[in-house]
Amino acid sequence: MSRFLSEGQRRILAAACARLVPADDDPDAAEAGAADYIDGLLGAFLVDPPRIWAGGPFSGRFGGGPSFASFHRLTAQDELAWRTRIEGSRGVSERERLGPVVGLQEQYAEGLAALGEDFPALSAGEQDERLRAAGSFLDLLYEHVCEGLYSAPEYGGNRDLIGWRSIGYLGDVQPRGYSDDEVSHE
Amino acid sequence: MTARDFDTIIVGSGPGGATAADELTRAGRSVVVFERGHNYLIQPARPYDLMQVFSNDELKYTIRHFLGPDPWLEPRTFRRNESDGDRILTGEVNNVPATVGGGSVHADAKLVRLREDDFRMLTELGPAEGANIADWPLTYDDLEPYYDTAERLIGVAGLAGANPFAAWRSSPYPMPPGPPMYASLLTSAAADRLGYHSYPAPTGVNSVPYDGRPACNNCGFCADFGCPIHAKGGPGPALRRALLTGRADLRADAFVSRILVRDGRATGVEWIDADGGTHVELADEVVVAAGAMETPRLLLLSGFANPNIGRNLMFHMQTFVFGEVPFRVHGHIGRSVTHVHDDHVIVDELARNAASAAGLPWLKGGVVEHCTPASVIAEAKLYPWGAEHRSHMRRSPMRDHFLGFVMQGEDLPQTRNRVDLDPSIRDFRGLPVARTTYEPHPHEIAASQYHGERLAAILTEAGAKYTIVATSPTTTGELQSAHADISVVPVSRHVAGTARMGRNPSTSVCDEWGRLWEAPNVLVADSAVFPTISGYGPTLTIVALALRNVRAFAGLDPLRAARELTGAPAVPPAGGAAN
Repeated sequence: MSRFLSEGQRRILAAACARLVPADDDPDAAEAGAADYIDGLLGAFLVDPPRIWAGGPFSGRFGGGPSFASFHRLTAQDELAWRTRIEGSRGVSERERLGPVVGLQEQYAEGLAALGEDFPALSAGEQDERLRAAGSFLDLLYEHVCEGLYSAPEYGGNRDLIGWRSIGYLGDVQPRGYSDDEVSHE
Repeated sequence: MTARDFDTIIVGSGPGGATAADELTRAGRSVVVFERGHNYLIQPARPYDLMQVFSNDELKYTIRHFLGPDPWLEPRTFRRNESDGDRILTGEVNNVPATVGGGSVHADAKLVRLREDDFRMLTELGPAEGANIADWPLTYDDLEPYYDTAERLIGVAGLAGANPFAAWRSSPYPMPPGPPMYASLLTSAAADRLGYHSYPAPTGVNSVPYDGRPACNNCGFCADFGCPIHAKGGPGPALRRALLTGRADLRADAFVSRILVRDGRATGVEWIDADGGTHVELADEVVVAAGAMETPRLLLLSGFANPNIGRNLMFHMQTFVFGEVPFRVHGHIGRSVTHVHDDHVIVDELARNAASAAGLPWLKGGVVEHCTPASVIAEAKLYPWGAEHRSHMRRSPMRDHFLGFVMQGEDLPQTRNRVDLDPSIRDFRGLPVARTTYEPHPHEIAASQYHGERLAAILTEAGAKYTIVATSPTTTGELQSAHADISVVPVSRHVAGTARMGRNPSTSVCDEWGRLWEAPNVLVADSAVFPTISGYGPTLTIVALALRNVRAFAGLDPLRAARELTGAPAVPPAGGAAN
């Protein structure tokens, strides 16, 4: 997968993901793909088509030809919206119609820097303290960790379906679906 | 100027616009349908098959705006009242999909009829101070044949006679109900033990193959998602029939920015293509079916001056009730909602007593959908981070152990609740966006509280250890926390009332047939024309009204039977519920 973050940033991110959802019987969030998911979002435009909307109708996990991995092409306007979200407005007038936007890339660069280069080496307690001090970046990171754990793996996270398997969830089940018996009974 | 290529221009490809296209082309008219969003629904060339694009993908649909509108490209704005200033929020307000097929693409397709009383609320219940309640300019009996046709055209699964409060119907549902969800079997049984009357939700989801589309296979991605196998009925088949006549053109990514009017008649529209180019399309008539947010916006952008435009905006007052049970309920398996009950729309003596205690003449709730949460990313975000995350997710107290209800509470029309043009926020095309000014009436707050307690008692009866009652919008209306600006914005996707129909041009926007008083060759064919919203979802009534009003508008035979129109399969006996 194309990488957006530097090796150093990736190490901090992986350590942070691992504190937000630590390992128990299952691997931690970083090993389960959450850091890859976030890197994939930040670097969505490093690939063509960009990694925004997975294809459809089927992943192939329950039959049908797999098409999730063929991401949708974006129109010029969709690209404008998603580049603005991810890259920020950076003084480009068409990206500042609703005012300046701080992009996700910048939020991560600053947020990871604030956690500190020494973050991966800290104790769990010290790491949690830094995370609690991270304010809105912690909220953003946790939202993305949740997305990275439980979204379709084609977005870069949910490695080996660890997220879904850990909760006994099958994810996308088309075209097989569920039987009427599974719908109506315990 | 462009030559006139079509008889009728249709703005919007959702249930209203698709119905208009279907009816008009069937009668030999030519139409062009403009849709501002993308087309993921129907192939652009013969034989116009339904596309195979929709997927089971929570991220794409619920977080990344796949069906549009992108709230940065096409935001809306919100304020509670004028003392909030120009707005308190810019972004998502009632983001019904902007895509070919409109709101029907993401809806879980509870396709219910209104009741007789819903058409004469002022007569039946009387006025409420501060509300602008009006009877509809038609009765249920006038609309019943069109409901019947609409149910056949879309394909509705249901059980006639199962709901004691239902309005009369001339024939059974075209399909039996689909399999009941486990959680709903528990909540409906508990409701019935307490004297309520649950019944299989009338649902526009195939329980058997219908109209060339397969039966639902219970994947669970119903509410908020496009159906990967097109088991959900919707505008697709209607648009396809229209296109197959050779008399229809469907233009996606095409935004109608202005209705052109001369001497009190529309002559055509101005529209903007995907590259920002502006064009003119001329026609004899215009059908506006852009939804109750975008329709008044277009009327105002077009310079229509009727002071009622945009006013009497209604949402549903949604009451959410959840209760945790000590066993798994798998709400992610099945078609989102399979049971409902209507008891809360009845204004009985208890409801009148509760009303009187709140200083109101009466209290009216809405249909109660028996539903349990199904989305796992949304669930994950509810739990705290840290070692607890995984244990919460595995145990799943707020999804797989939640029984729940959502009540679609009647929202009284108020003239001060309105859609107008935001004074300074523009969409990516440079046009002023729709601004909502909205606060619930005290009726909605009292009704939600009264019925919410009754619903919580049902969940306790069903075995819940505790219950939670919440509403959207919040009932205090106060901005107390960081996200409070969002919590006062109704999350209901149901909106109505911004171009109400009536018999008096000084109190309505459209006449009793949905035609603009200011330009009678403009027909409004969406929920904007509803004088009251009722306690039921609007889609089936949008389609039924569109059938009635489009036929009148175009001088067509008003009451042709649905069976000859659709070629739909013969109706199975009503007793054939699958369970």
